[in-house]
Amino acid sequence: MNHYVLIENLSKVFDTRKGPFVALQAVNLSVRRGEFVSIIGHSGCGKSTLLNLVAGLTQATSGILLCAGREIAGPGPDRAVVFQNHSLLPWMSCFENVYLAVERVFGRADGKAELKRRTQAALDLVGLAHAAHKLPHEISGGMKQRVGIARALSMQPEVLLLDEPLGALDALTRAHLQDELLRIVAASGCTTIMVTHDVDEAVLLSDRVVMMTNGPGATIGAVLDIDLQRPRVRLELASDTDYNARRAALLAFLHECQGVAAA
Amino acid sequence: MGVMRIDKTWKRVAVRDYPAHEPSENGMRVGRPASVPQPLKRHARFARPAAAAFRFAVPPLLGLALFILGWALVAGHTAVPGPIETWKSALKVFAHPFYSNGPNDQGIGWNVLRSLLRVAVGFGLAVIVGIPLGFVIGRFSFISRMSRPIISLLRPVSPLAWLPIGLYVFKQAQLAAIWVIFISSIWPMIINTATGVTRVPQDYLNVARVLKLSEWKVFTKILFPAVLPYMMTGMRLSMGIAWLVIVAAEMLTGGVGIGFWVWDEWNNLNVAHIIIAIFVIGIVGFLLEEALLLVAKRFNYYGDGS
Repeated sequence: MNHYVLIENLSKVFDTRKGPFVALQAVNLSVRRGEFVSIIGHSGCGKSTLLNLVAGLTQATSGILLCAGREIAGPGPDRAVVFQNHSLLPWMSCFENVYLAVERVFGRADGKAELKRRTQAALDLVGLAHAAHKLPHEISGGMKQRVGIARALSMQPEVLLLDEPLGALDALTRAHLQDELLRIVAASGCTTIMVTHDVDEAVLLSDRVVMMTNGPGATIGAVLDIDLQRPRVRLELASDTDYNARRAALLAFLHECQGVAAA
Repeated sequence: MGVMRIDKTWKRVAVRDYPAHEPSENGMRVGRPASVPQPLKRHARFARPAAAAFRFAVPPLLGLALFILGWALVAGHTAVPGPIETWKSALKVFAHPFYSNGPNDQGIGWNVLRSLLRVAVGFGLAVIVGIPLGFVIGRFSFISRMSRPIISLLRPVSPLAWLPIGLYVFKQAQLAAIWVIFISSIWPMIINTATGVTRVPQDYLNVARVLKLSEWKVFTKILFPAVLPYMMTGMRLSMGIAWLVIVAAEMLTGGVGIGFWVWDEWNNLNVAHIIIAIFVIGIVGFLLEEALLLVAKRFNYYGDGS
């Protein structure tokens, strides 16, 4: 399918105390099946709002929003979300957190043993089988985020939505998890939309990077194809001229936006 | 291989360059931790408990000693029984805590147990009514706004003001006392549970929405565990109030109970027994509080020790 996720003339207006606030306007985007698209922009530009609209957590004010040919009317397990702050339930072990999602999606079709196997497989995929029975507060931030990713992937979603999944992590952990994400997403073949403000992350992981202008009334400023070969290796890319050209283009765009915002 | 090679070089370096009187550094670098930390450990084993004792045991004991000293000083200049007199009296009282010479003369053990029973029933009823009410008030803002004036109006009412209503409605002192416990201890549970419900992080609810969990699952897996710490705080405050109120209620209603016992000993002009009762009430209240704190700790998911 050519337009797996289709966004047409989308706008979102928030009612605030000071009157209506136009967060997004005239957003048009089409994502192919299996594609990895990053949304990048300055903070407050409405990238997360756009992701929440695709997730169905927020309702659009006007415009068309389709996923697999159907209108997005609300949230659902076909569009799994990895939240910025991991959002693991602190009273459940990592295993139980993932199991909750697995049980919801496959509970009718599969037996208990199969549900447990699926949960374990999801934790294996993110390399956390050994921490399955730990509570979220007993593991590091990076591990929590990986459990969040395992929870999302365990549902075998049609679309994976990542809301600055690595934003709260330190630089070393983030780099490590970017490599992991590269591997995990390739293995799952999921259609993925990721919100980020990290230029390297966007270029490393994406097939396309969507650059958003600054709000209010934010929209898509430009779209950059990242037609670098996969599998990608961070160290090799560091000296790759194509990679660096893409990176420079992104930085230039963001810098330009900053100038507009300042003026 | 790599590790071994490094190990060997370190050993060689250690032997050549480090004098024998630096065993700890030598040992650490060679990677034999077992031999090194022992002296440290032995030192710590002595130092830590001593420091801990000083920090945690000495100040409270000193405080208690000063308190008893002050009490003895006051007692020396007034008719109030001093610590030693009270202690002797207490030995007699606690020699037979569970004797029973009819309804008006029972051991202090029975009195405490009967008070605890009343508190348990009144408090239990308040839990059964207050916590679901708190959930409803927290979940629906309309009901919250509707109930706010009623709660604000009734909460500050002195517990004993409810006693005549209880006596009038139930026509029985026993039930009236339980009613007073119920009505005065229900408010913190309602308010804290409702607050807890409104403070469930939106992120958790978003997880529920993405998963499209059923209402029942949302309640059992997200809402209830998220509100539990708030509920526990409410219950602890309520228990404190219940125990405060029972003594006063029993003074007025009579029967068997620690409050009645205090009043009875006042009629007998046995001041030493009144002081004993004050200690018993204090200690039981303290134990109730600690027990609930222990339960609350069990539901602290965040590992921050708060």
